[in-house]
Formats: sequence, C-alpha cells, structure tokens
Amino acid sequence: MSETQLTAERSIRPSRPAEQSTPAEPWYSWPIEFVNSLFEWFGGMGVFFWQVLRAAVTPPYEWRELIRQMDEVGSKSLPLVAMAGAAIGVVLSMEARSSLTRFGAKALLPSAIVYSVVQEMGPIITSLVVSGRVGAGIGAELASMKVTEQIDAIEASALNPYRLLAATRILACILMLPLLTVSADACGVFMGWLTQSLAEPLSLRQFIDSGFKGATFNALLPPTLKTAVFGLLIGLIACFQGMKTQGGAAGVGRAATESVVLSSLFVILADVVLVKFILVFFP
Amino acid sequence: MGEIDMATALNTAMEQDDGAEESSVPAVAVENLEKTFGTQKVLNGISFAVDRGQTLAILGRSGTGKSVSLRIIIGLVQPDSGSVRILGQEMTGLNMDEMGEIRKRMGFLFQHAALYDSLTVAENVAFPLDHHRPDLSKSDRDDRVAQLLHEVGMDGHFKKMPSNISGGMQKRVGLARALALEPEILLLDEPTAGLDPISSGEIDELVLKLQREHQMASIVVTHDLHSAKTIANRLALLDKGSVVAEGTFTELQQSDIPFVKEFLKQS
Repeated sequence: MSETQLTAERSIRPSRPAEQSTPAEPWYSWPIEFVNSLFEWFGGMGVFFWQVLRAAVTPPYEWRELIRQMDEVGSKSLPLVAMAGAAIGVVLSMEARSSLTRFGAKALLPSAIVYSVVQEMGPIITSLVVSGRVGAGIGAELASMKVTEQIDAIEASALNPYRLLAATRILACILMLPLLTVSADACGVFMGWLTQSLAEPLSLRQFIDSGFKGATFNALLPPTLKTAVFGLLIGLIACFQGMKTQGGAAGVGRAATESVVLSSLFVILADVVLVKFILVFFP
Repeated sequence: MGEIDMATALNTAMEQDDGAEESSVPAVAVENLEKTFGTQKVLNGISFAVDRGQTLAILGRSGTGKSVSLRIIIGLVQPDSGSVRILGQEMTGLNMDEMGEIRKRMGFLFQHAALYDSLTVAENVAFPLDHHRPDLSKSDRDDRVAQLLHEVGMDGHFKKMPSNISGGMQKRVGLARALALEPEILLLDEPTAGLDPISSGEIDELVLKLQREHQMASIVVTHDLHSAKTIANRLALLDKGSVVAEGTFTELQQSDIPFVKEFLKQS
C-alpha cells in the first residue's frame, strides 16, 4: 500500500474518542429491557388489533380490495401449498408403510395417512407455507409503503389505512387458510395413495373408503377450521410489523423477516393450544 | 304556511346561516400548538390563521417544526396541546373516520410526492375519486383524471409508473392527486425541494395558476424564499418551534428581529 493511500486512510478514519469511564450496567438490566420490549410489543399489538377490528366492522367496506387480497393470498399460494401437501403425503406414506408393516398393521395405512394429513400435517404445513409467502409479502409491502409515506398519503386522502390495508389482508388470510388447507389435504391424501399403490396396487376408492372409515365431524372439521386462527395470526402480525416500520430499507427488511419469524412461531404455539382445545371440546 | 313548509324554511335558513358562519371563519386556524418528540420540543405554542383565497408560506431552518405543523393540520400527527380548526371544525381529538370527513375538503402534497408505487400515474390521480366519488361513471372519472393531469402538464404520461418519471413530474402528479376532490384547503410540503430551478419555477407557476382558478386557502412549507415570495400572500418565519415573525415579504424585510434579518440575508 502506498504512502499516499495510507495518509488518505488515516485522514478519513474518525479520531478516537477520549476514553470515558461509563458506569457498567447492572446484570439485571437486559432482562428488564427484554420484558419491557415484550410488554411494549403486546401492548402495541393489542391497540393495533382494536383499531383494525373497529375499522373492519364499520362501513364503508372495502370489498374490491378484499377480493384482490383473497386472490393474492389464496390463488397465488395454491401451487406452493399443493406441492407442500403432496410432498407430505408421499413422505407419510413411505414412513408409515415401513413402520406399520413392522407391527403387522399394514391395513391401517390409509387411515394413518388420512388422519395424519387432515388432522395435523395439512393445517400446520399450509400455515407455515402461507406464513412464509404471504407473511413476508405483507410485511415488506406495508413496510415499504410506510417508509415512503404512502400510508400517510392514504390517510391524507381521507381513507382509513386500518380498513383499506390491514383489515382486508387479515380477513383474506382468515378466509383463505381453511380453503388452502383443504387443497393441501387433498393433495396429501392423493399422493399418499399414489405412493402406496406403487408399492402395492390399491384403488383410490378403496384407499379413501378405508382411510375415512369411521371419520366423524369432530375428527376432520375442527382441525381444518383452526387454520382460520392461524390466518388471523399471520395477517395480524405481518400487518402490525409492516405498519409500525421505521428506518428506511433496513426497516423494510427487518419487517419482512420479523413477520415470517413471529407469525411462524405464533402459529406453532397456537397449534399447541388449539389441539388441546379441540381434544377437550371436540373429542 | 303548513308545518312542513315552516320546517323546510327553517332548515334552509339554518343551512344558510351555517354557510355564512363557515365562510366568515378562517379556513385554517391554528392556536398554541405544542408538540414534543421524546425530549425534543418541536413546536412551542405556534398560532396562525389562513383565510380562503390566501396563501401562507411557513419558512424556517431545518428541524424547526414546519413539516410537523403541516402534518398536525391534516391530522397525521396529534399535538400535545393546542387547537386546529379547519373551516370552523376542531380537528384535534377526532377519530380517523371523523377526521376523514374533514380531510375530504383538504389536499396534501407530500415532500417526496408519496405516490402509490404499484399504481400508474392515472390510477394514482383516480385513487381518491374511486373511493370518495362512487357516483362518477367510469367515463366521467377518466375525464376528470385527464383534466387534472392536463392542468398539471402531465398529458401523455397516464400509463407510466411513478418510478419511471422524474421527481418534478412526481410532484405534479402528487398535486393532481391532491386536487382530485376539489379541496378548499391545499397543504404543500416543500413543493420545490430537490428540484432544479426551472422545475421549481414551473411548480410555482402551477401553484399560482391553481390558486387563481380554484380560490383555495393554501399553506406552503418551504426553505425556498424565492418560491415563498412568488406564491404566498403572507410568510411566517419559524424558529425553535415558535413563529418569530409573520407578515408580507415587505413587512418581513422591514423587521428589526435579528433572526429575520439573518434568515432573509442568507436566503
């Protein structure tokens, strides 16, 4: 490195600040800060949810935007969700076949696949896929609108952004998640049958009859409908993270990441509660 | 006269009274506005009023609360204390939907235009009409959009995306969008900031033309003294969150206040 370069580098390097003795923070300061930020987040989320709820139930209703969002959340997630459901069906079929054969319970294979897919794997995989695709999309879109003052412009145009942007997206997630789950379930069951029939020929009708034998409303519907709650969580968290963004491009990236991470985490946590709820109230 | 006729006459008289009362009050009246962000006091009791057909330019150094006062007037920021009356109606303390009714009578041009980046130029201008004028047929709406874009000199750019037009053009489109609902009050946040002198002059000309044609009350926040002198009837100079001087440009030139002298000299 030449002398000139070294001089130039030295000249642009900030001068070292005078050493100051800052009092060391007590060890308990970070847990307090963490708890504070946790309360702040939940408080902010509560206020946000209330504002969205109030905007959603009072006219005017944004039907056109709702339909656009349903297309965005539903139709555009369908290929991804169907593929994920199909993959789960194949994997479950292969795994369950070897285990059940070992215990001499091969006849239970269709039921094992159907129940696993419909009761747990379909709903949770669909929700996680939607959380990744839609949660990141909503978070990044609203965050970008926030930092470029587009949300302020909506408000200045005498429109309620909670109604136009948040309520429509959250409602679209709530309505589309159960439908996407049904699609994922159908793909999972079909691919489960296909994998099974490649190893041992069995008609689809026989597979379905055997798989759904003895299936009741309580066994199939509540697990599918619980995804509406997952939809609420995904939409709510993504809209909240997006609309509270600050700090330019870095803020937009942070909002997208946090939307996915937090909504996926809350979907998994809510699943624990909802499974227990379903077992208690829909035995 | 029957009871119904009496009631109708009474209602008409009351409506006329309301109209007369509304036209006698300032279009915008701001009183003792205070706002603090964290530990920084941005506004320290500012007051001013703007009548219909008048333009007030708010000048001052960066960070003196010019844009914040404009955002408080449109309701995007809530003040800590003080009052904002728009056409006689108190703006502070209202919820978003109540504020919306007053905002329909106002237009706001953002510093960076804040156009919706997923919509075309024409769709941006049509946005307020689509939501607030469902009575307009599609052809009437398209005619209105074309007329607005013609007024701001943006003919032939209807289908362009905001990212594909220059900063000056974005401000023109932002202005057309602000005028879509035929507002009685126009708020302009740094309309010429970041523009070359020719574009700045064009925006000034445009604002003057619109004022002449629409007789709106306008508040312009700007750093640009030349622009303020061109488009405003009165100027208010802000320093440390307070109005230090208010009057015509000539009155400000004659002021003995050191800050005013310094500001005019440096500008």
